[in-house]
Amino acid sequence: MRNSIGREIPENIIMDRKLYEGEFSMNSTVAKAAPVIKPVNPGESKLLDNIEEAIVKCGLKDGMTISFHHHFREGDYIQNMVIDAIAKLGIKNLTLASSSLGSVHKPLIKHIKDGVITRITSSGLRGALAEEISKGLMEEPVIIRSHGGRARAIEAGDIKIDVAFLGAPSADVYGNASGTGGVGNCGSLGYAKIDALYANKVVILTDYLVDFPNMPASILQTNVDYVVKIDKIGDPAGIASGATRYTKNPKELLIAEYASKAIVKSGYFKDGFSFQTGTGGSTLAVSRFLRDEMIKEGIKADFALGGITKQMVEMHEEGLIKHIFDVQDFDLVAVESIGKNPMHHEIDSSMYANPHNRGCIANKLDVVVLSALEIDTDYNVNVMTGSDGVLRGASGGHCDTAACAKLTMILSPIIRGRIPCIVDSVNTVITPGDSIDVLVTEIGIAINPKREDLIERFKNVNIPQFTIQELKNKVESIVGVPDNIEYDEKVVAIVEYRDGSIIDVVRKVK
Amino acid sequence: MERLRRTMMFVPGNNPAMIKDAGIYGADSLMFDLEDAVAISEKDSARFLVHNAIKTLNYGDTELVVRINGLDTPFGRNDIEAAVRAGVDVIRLPKTETKEDILAVEAVIEEVERKIGREVGSTRMMAAIEGAMGVINAYSIASASKRLVAIALGAEDYVTNLKTKRYPDGMELMGARSQIVIAARAAGIYALDTVYSDVDNEEGFKREVELIKQLGFDGKSVINPKQIKPVHEIYAPTAQEIRKSSDIVSAARAAQKEGLGVISLNGKMIDKPIIERAERLLQLAKAVGLYKEGMENEE
Amino acid sequence: MKFVKNATAGSLESNDIRVMVMENENAGIEIELESVVEKQFGKQIRKVIIETLEKLQIDNVKIIATDKGALDYTIKARVACAVYRACDIEEDFKWEVFN
Repeated sequence: MRNSIGREIPENIIMDRKLYEGEFSMNSTVAKAAPVIKPVNPGESKLLDNIEEAIVKCGLKDGMTISFHHHFREGDYIQNMVIDAIAKLGIKNLTLASSSLGSVHKPLIKHIKDGVITRITSSGLRGALAEEISKGLMEEPVIIRSHGGRARAIEAGDIKIDVAFLGAPSADVYGNASGTGGVGNCGSLGYAKIDALYANKVVILTDYLVDFPNMPASILQTNVDYVVKIDKIGDPAGIASGATRYTKNPKELLIAEYASKAIVKSGYFKDGFSFQTGTGGSTLAVSRFLRDEMIKEGIKADFALGGITKQMVEMHEEGLIKHIFDVQDFDLVAVESIGKNPMHHEIDSSMYANPHNRGCIANKLDVVVLSALEIDTDYNVNVMTGSDGVLRGASGGHCDTAACAKLTMILSPIIRGRIPCIVDSVNTVITPGDSIDVLVTEIGIAINPKREDLIERFKNVNIPQFTIQELKNKVESIVGVPDNIEYDEKVVAIVEYRDGSIIDVVRKVK
Repeated sequence: MERLRRTMMFVPGNNPAMIKDAGIYGADSLMFDLEDAVAISEKDSARFLVHNAIKTLNYGDTELVVRINGLDTPFGRNDIEAAVRAGVDVIRLPKTETKEDILAVEAVIEEVERKIGREVGSTRMMAAIEGAMGVINAYSIASASKRLVAIALGAEDYVTNLKTKRYPDGMELMGARSQIVIAARAAGIYALDTVYSDVDNEEGFKREVELIKQLGFDGKSVINPKQIKPVHEIYAPTAQEIRKSSDIVSAARAAQKEGLGVISLNGKMIDKPIIERAERLLQLAKAVGLYKEGMENEE
Repeated sequence: MKFVKNATAGSLESNDIRVMVMENENAGIEIELESVVEKQFGKQIRKVIIETLEKLQIDNVKIIATDKGALDYTIKARVACAVYRACDIEEDFKWEVFN
């Protein structure tokens, strides 16, 4: 059956789920779930000797759901350690509800083959694990959810976390846990906070035990069952870089410059505006050019949102950005800032982007700058699978911020190597074309025809403008017309839109 | 009016990734280098690559230049043939010392044009002056052929020839720079300045561009896309200059329409050189989006 | 044109293709291709290699190619260069190959 943007979803996948019908089509009331918890009395200790003890004490059994956060990124040790221990205890058939998975989680392949993990939900899949899943490693399709979508699913009880294993750079013996104050600091624990509120059992794993009370804390003792001290939560270099650098790649800079110019001319660039950029490449470099324009025009932003890097912090500290809403930190400058700047706020993924609460912060966003692996002539965006159909990206906050922001910009070169970035139909839709306003490439921009107001505005602006068809034709004149990727019938991943509906599926590559 | 040559970006001839993207950065000219940027063992592969790139890829209005190896090498002749057959706009000679160097290359170009039926004279030329002899012969080189559109300074080899080295203030290049501009102007062609290798030194680069603009150069060779915008900005006219030039050109057109022989503006007579300079300035202004035909510029 | 040696042209850099040309013990054109865009452009790359060889009037050859996303213009140039190197030809090229 086809959903409203024409993507074919097999009947056996749909089951009792809804199909995507529009960015804000789900409008009824929502009942929130709640965890089942074991009260802790005075005098009881939460501190355990090792991970095995925590697993046993939490009563983890076959068929349950476990969760992890991805704040330690490619430097994470927690997930592999815990699942290794679970496997050794002979527990099987678990659902893994990580906020995201990276190349570092390659050891999962073995656990999947051994039946320890049989279901996965995640925002992202990368590296060898992603390739194996694309080749059909798992019986049950992975459910890809955005950051906002994951928060929604947890709050609504679609994901029922039995045990959340949450790594924390610092914690006290009673479970007050923070993203700073330790050795491998990650700053915001935005993705973990949701798990702590809704999981039936919460285990904090830290390599840095501090005196009680570890305040201020991102995760409070009232939401923690056990605390385990381990040797290392992760590799600090992989958790956060020293400082994020702007790209020097001239093509990326050219795209960023066009993007900044487009923002300035869009009508949304005024005092008190809000914005979100990416954390690398062109989508971060935009802020470099935007900053100069803000200084030139005397424009200050009310807030900046998202994954936070040194660049945002510097603009904040020089008075160009009033508030920072931070769901994830990428470098130590950002980590330091969240610890010391009072207007640099840690937010959880629900506050960030959950569409089914009483108003996430993304609702208030004016401008968002996002990337794409592919975009098609309907402006649908793929950030999940490569042009070869293999899983290699993450849904992240893409569809969330794109739906909510007043101006959504996609930054992408027209070609990467010989791979076209503008195509007739993307391999996987993560964000529907309705959410996308402007595509910015190294040769110019394309404005979504639905935005007649923007098209009018840009009539006399000195940026080369094309229709997306024209850009696609240019691409084909350079690289030729690619053959279509051949897929199997088997679905390896279901792409769930932020509201829980099915927007697309990923099939097994032949 | 002749085209703008504010920036000429060097593109190594054996690098497909750079060749393919060279046109997106807005340089006025692109120079595909078969000479210094290509190892001896790869001269043939670079030649085929550049030939086919020029034939196949769409570079819009950008002027395409190929720097050939000299005719005193085993590669020069084949380079010329490859470039002319591909339809290149300009062939650039390295290390030109005398007008005979120009004539020798021109002869080969003409031979190929006739062989393939390309309009004789349609392949233009550019000469790089990279040594003392070249500087002395600058005017004779610059006026050697109708095909010549520009002479350029190649500083690295030049300072070596002079037995000095490059300094930040560029004093060691004063003589060469002045001679090249003077020779170019006397011959009625363009003068282009040498590359600035320290791509990370943005301030130093801007200072050099201000200097060569003052000296009268029409443009500069660049080796990195990030050098393009600063040159175009420095060469961009001010609003006042644009206004004044617009007035002059309007007056000239009005006078021409009415068939008047003498053109005057605000009581002053304006003659041909002034009008040409004004047209040139408007061309520069148009190129950076500061002027549109018929638009009255306001501060 | 006769092959006098094996020859290679191109590189493993992004957007390039490394083409190795050698005599084929069997008759015909044999191509061994490894490409980063095999699924999307494998067919097209092979087609371009064969067309270029045909224009050079090469009927019997073995090509081992490692492609890193080269566009057609690069493939043609590298194949032609490798063939001329293998035949030790340094003059009078068939420029029509690139039409």
